[in-house]
Amino acid sequence: MNCRHATRLLSEAQERELSLSELASLKFHTAMCVGCRNFGRQIQTLRKISRAYTLGAGMEEPEKTEGRSGDGDS
Amino acid sequence: MHIDDTDPAKVLAEEGLLRDLRSQMHRFASLQLGDPQLAEDAVQEALMGALKNARSFGGRAALKTWVFAILKNKIADTLRKRSRTVEANQLVGDGEESFDELFDERGYWHAAERPVHWADPESALHDKHFWRVFETCLDHLPGRQARVFMMREFIELESREICAAADITVSNLNVTLHRARLRLRECLENHWFLRGELSYGGSSR
Repeated sequence: MNCRHATRLLSEAQERELSLSELASLKFHTAMCVGCRNFGRQIQTLRKISRAYTLGAGMEEPEKTEGRSGDGDS
Repeated sequence: MHIDDTDPAKVLAEEGLLRDLRSQMHRFASLQLGDPQLAEDAVQEALMGALKNARSFGGRAALKTWVFAILKNKIADTLRKRSRTVEANQLVGDGEESFDELFDERGYWHAAERPVHWADPESALHDKHFWRVFETCLDHLPGRQARVFMMREFIELESREICAAADITVSNLNVTLHRARLRLRECLENHWFLRGELSYGGSSR
């Protein structure tokens, strides 16, 4: 298994349960490959980031201005 | 604090806030629906729903979370209903993207492209600059990849729902999500996590 294939399986693991043989070869690969280990963690982080985003994180709280709003810094 | 933060009707009636919220919602919805009119409809319905079911809130952040949850449901409905009507062509199509720039000819990471450890991703979630980077990275995904990624990760549709909505096969879906994730993580790493390393960790050499 190479990294292209391993990342593909790691990605699919977010949508479906991998088979035992897929899991076994993936484990074997990631045991030796720090890049793919990091990739696996990162796509889980991507999921967390996405969930946070859809809950409105990162969409800035409008400033509490007194009566007027959004006239920028002109 | 000069307005009552716990009454959603009052908070939504505040002009500046409503305008900002609407434009955030509209951006969010158009990204996923790929159609400004459908997006506008979803935003309208979500806001109406929010007003109709007005109850007390612990403040604006909670209100926003709630309005976005309603919007997410509206978008999911729209995506499910729309199944097979549009964009079969748009969706299957950007075919041959081999990612040769990421992997060598044997399919292993090029040394410079190998994913690194991300330090403290949790704290990024509280940094508004991070979210700007995130949105920019999303904007740089090819349109179909972005939409499929968002159907999966934002709207949380299941694989088969996305396949039905977008009229693509499961294998097409898997390929598309794989590509989107490769690109997004690379973009976030280059423009956020690696920059953090560089500015905070002078001891890494």
